[in-house]
Amino acid sequence: MSQNLSRRSFLKGTLAAAGILGASAIPAQARSGQIKEMATLIDIQKCIGCEACVEACREANQSKFPRPKKPFPKMIPTSKVKVSDWSGKKDVTNRLTPYNWVFIQEAKVEVNGKQQTFTFPRRCMHCQNPPCANLCPWGAAGKGENGITLINPELCLGGSKCQAVCPWAIPQRQTGVGPYLDLMPSFAGNGVMYKCDRCFNRIKEGKVPACVEACPENVQKIGPREEVVKEAHAIASKIGGYIYGEKENGGTNTIYVSPVPFDLLEKSMKTGPGRPHLKAVANSMGQAENMGKAMLVAPLAGIAAAVGKFYGFTKKLHQSQEDNR
Amino acid sequence: MKSEKNRALRWAYGVTIAVMAFTGFGQMPIFKRYGISAIPGMAWSADFYVTLFIHYLGAVLLSGLLAYAIADHALMRRKFARITAAGYVRAAILACIVGTGIFRVLKNLPDVDFSPAFTKFVDISHLGFMMAYGAAALLFWRLRARWITERVTARN
Repeated sequence: MSQNLSRRSFLKGTLAAAGILGASAIPAQARSGQIKEMATLIDIQKCIGCEACVEACREANQSKFPRPKKPFPKMIPTSKVKVSDWSGKKDVTNRLTPYNWVFIQEAKVEVNGKQQTFTFPRRCMHCQNPPCANLCPWGAAGKGENGITLINPELCLGGSKCQAVCPWAIPQRQTGVGPYLDLMPSFAGNGVMYKCDRCFNRIKEGKVPACVEACPENVQKIGPREEVVKEAHAIASKIGGYIYGEKENGGTNTIYVSPVPFDLLEKSMKTGPGRPHLKAVANSMGQAENMGKAMLVAPLAGIAAAVGKFYGFTKKLHQSQEDNR
Repeated sequence: MKSEKNRALRWAYGVTIAVMAFTGFGQMPIFKRYGISAIPGMAWSADFYVTLFIHYLGAVLLSGLLAYAIADHALMRRKFARITAAGYVRAAILACIVGTGIFRVLKNLPDVDFSPAFTKFVDISHLGFMMAYGAAALLFWRLRARWITERVTARN
């Protein structure tokens, strides 16, 4: 467990990682052609808001939930570092918390003059190019070949950067748990960040995520992303509906289909901490992707400048030699 | 004129490295915690996307400058100057920073996923090499050890 992780094992883990560098320095997709990126389809019109998915998630992931040590270490500076303690509010189900990785969001909208209530499960979108995993300074978060974005509780220091860079601010922090306790608890870190891991352990066993399995209305489906996107479009064209998650943040592995526009749902639902929005989201990593390409050109420009200088110098040298003759 | 150009290049390199070190440290959630972003005019330092953009911009400049310096040395400067031991040490650490940085850039591209162990290694070693470079730069500055020295034999 993360609570037992010592400074020694943290460092040992880092060194071991360096040792197996060679084999693992291969892009995941090249390593295995068989594992496909999986996505979930959430058909909003089917959801009755019964919270069976919420209950199933809590039950299936009970062993992964934080068990913080109290009292919490004194944080420096006290005025800036806030304690995030959900251990006394484990029963909260109406938002995302370190103990509640999926919740039912509700939107009351007017459709053709008639008031309608829509409910739908919300959790991590499992982005195709997840900023939380890309920008974690410790490599504590990563994206798997099967499209799951995972936070490793044995590495996470709880700095909350993943939440800050996530367009939906999904990861939630619990103080008093994780490796920061064995490093410099007062000066760096503040716990561990928690979010949906799409039941990676169940997937490994050939099962589907608990929330998908428990739904009595078959609101959710999981399958290869291409097929899920195709099915989402088929449903959308059949009902004259809308899709969310296919292109948001450069593409996600959670595709919602709704009979009403998502901006309409967004306007009429409660959003805020632990309650993600449904706004259009540009690709957070788009700028980094473009600048990555510029990095290929820059060395060529540098070499060209040096060659130009060399050419000018030799030309000048030849000229002066000829002048001297 | 020539020495002025070299001085400009040295300044460009120094400023790029300093900006990259600052924005690199800014990738850790410490500037807000320790009040750096509260300093008037420094609010941007707590925005991870802003510091990432500047860090990338620095990487573009640095890769251009390093390619220029290597090519220039290979084509011209090696005839009348040689790299010192202190220069080799700094170059080796710099190569490690650039190498791990390249993997960080690759990791941020879509469809490129590394194993958790390799990702952890790259992230932590990139920071470790930068700290080693800082220590080496400080030591060699104190010892007045330069990157290159003139080849005495090259003078006829």
